[in-house]
Amino acid sequence: MEIPDTLKYTREHEWARTKGTQVVIGITDFAQDHLGDVVFVELPDVGDTVKKGESFGVVESTKAVSELFAPVSGKVVEVNDPLGDTPETINDDPYEEGWMIVVEPSDPKELDALMDAKAYRAFVEEQE
Amino acid sequence: MGNPTGWKPSMEKDAKTTTAAHAEVGAGGATRGIVHEEPLLFERGSTGRSGVSLPAAGGDFDPARELPAALLRGGVEGMPEISELEVVRHFTRMSSWNHGIDTGFYPLGSCTMKYNPKSSEALARLPGFANVHPLAPAELAQGALELMYRLERALSEIAGFDQTTLAPAAGAQGELCGLMLIRAYHQAHGNPRKKVLIPDTAHGTNPASSALNGYEVVQLSSGADGRLHPETVKAAMDEDVAAIMITNPNTLGIFESHIAEIAEIVHAKGGLVYGDGANMNALLGVARPGDMGFDVMQYNLHKTFATPHGGGGPGSGPVGVKAELAPFLPLPAVVKEGERYRLVVDPKERPQTIGKLREFWGNFGMFVRAWALIREYGPEGVAQTGKLAVLNANYLRKLLQGAYNLPYETDSLHEVVFDDKLQKAHGVTTMDVAKRLIDHGFHPPTVYFPLVVSGALMIEPTETESKETLERFAAAMKAIAEEAQADPDAVKAAPTRPFRARLDETRAARKPILRWSPGMKVE
Repeated sequence: MEIPDTLKYTREHEWARTKGTQVVIGITDFAQDHLGDVVFVELPDVGDTVKKGESFGVVESTKAVSELFAPVSGKVVEVNDPLGDTPETINDDPYEEGWMIVVEPSDPKELDALMDAKAYRAFVEEQE
Repeated sequence: MGNPTGWKPSMEKDAKTTTAAHAEVGAGGATRGIVHEEPLLFERGSTGRSGVSLPAAGGDFDPARELPAALLRGGVEGMPEISELEVVRHFTRMSSWNHGIDTGFYPLGSCTMKYNPKSSEALARLPGFANVHPLAPAELAQGALELMYRLERALSEIAGFDQTTLAPAAGAQGELCGLMLIRAYHQAHGNPRKKVLIPDTAHGTNPASSALNGYEVVQLSSGADGRLHPETVKAAMDEDVAAIMITNPNTLGIFESHIAEIAEIVHAKGGLVYGDGANMNALLGVARPGDMGFDVMQYNLHKTFATPHGGGGPGSGPVGVKAELAPFLPLPAVVKEGERYRLVVDPKERPQTIGKLREFWGNFGMFVRAWALIREYGPEGVAQTGKLAVLNANYLRKLLQGAYNLPYETDSLHEVVFDDKLQKAHGVTTMDVAKRLIDHGFHPPTVYFPLVVSGALMIEPTETESKETLERFAAAMKAIAEEAQADPDAVKAAPTRPFRARLDETRAARKPILRWSPGMKVE
């Protein structure tokens, strides 16, 4: 299972990557593997605000519907709209093409509270 | 006539049944037979063929004179032209591809797929019930109204509530109704409040019903024993909480033994306790939600009282309430005045009613079936239902323990949840086990729910299954567990026996084709 060293992680299996002042958000390889084939995603609109730890969207697989939880608070500045037509990208490439939203964080320090790759790996192993 | 297989029936006393005699027969008796490929009706027929003889259009009737041009159409492209026999064979063949409770065991957890007695069907078809017009005046429908009145009284008694509405069309509308009642109650007390507390074992409909009523959902974590704990509720409870929604037993099949204390905590802050009655089968005649502190609960007649569902519906979701919520119940309601029954339809009589939820009287045919079952069973039979449902689930739990992992060891009531932890070591998942069960002739249990269990296999046998059926099902499950070790690829290739093998569920969800159109090519 892939857990890139450069990302930050939540306990709900979202990842966060800083891009300049902004934060790119998606779900991890572990999450997509456990969900199985993703068939539907519901994401916020550009301009919406998201709050750390609260739901910002929904991802649905043939097995289950799961909420997506924001790793940081802030304003949505970009949304990966093509996922609507090709949700399988989330399974194929969860860390690159499968990104979900870009947020302008209201408090960049919130990132510090997230797990690094090492801590997330340990967390996932404990979950298994 | 020759006998190409050489097989001879044995008249010996100890003759093995066909199930044992042929290793290729599944534990549920499944084997292969002739099944017909069947095209769509649209792909059948021939120009000019017809299954009915229609009289010639009479007189000087001309649709063009009666209807605006925009609403007229000429021929319908691709309209099937087929004989009656072709239609009969089409649907009969399609029905043979299906699996229903009348075909075999159907242990879908949380769905309570019990047998629907044919006596209930016969009674629902009595002309006096089946043909009563929904707008018939009360004096011409006394029997039907009396039945509704008696059913309402019985349902209130069985779950321990003061009044019950029969209006909701199914469980989810019952939930919607219950939450509307809760909102109306708080509104009448000056503040509708903002939040609803829901444990993580809840059915997905619970948060949906709350959200539809404008409530924010706060999810509560259940404990390591699969139960909701009072301190979790206490920490989340404040005066913005309108209600807590609890399924008891919960979707792990575990009784929420702290329910009375939880209800006290919620009531102390002015909140209400909603019961999702989906799992009422476990408590039937033994314990009453109304006595545990619940204020509102929806029944699912199509689960608990054996009215048809799973495609055969419609459902019915009566909602029982405590007296303080009764003024808000929807209309119509049946009242008894002397020896006569009357339908209350005018909101002036019930100024606080939330209004009408469904046209006419609700799903009346289901009331007849449910009432027939309750009368047939009587109080002792109703209690026996709950007890046998719990006994059957626990028997299966015992038979399957060891072969499948039990994520929560707390005692089970009417259903038991296993997972695929032991099979996953060989690359076999819950989905593979479910598909392999089809090869044995059983409907798979509910899979991947509840969400708190990864790879859940949720088995609810119901009270209507025999010990032999449960044993055959357990034998199939065990055979699959062994096969998962010895030959995992065989399990992953399942099902091989049904007419349609493993369907591409992903493609069906991602690129659904919901409508036939002329000339359409489907790969």
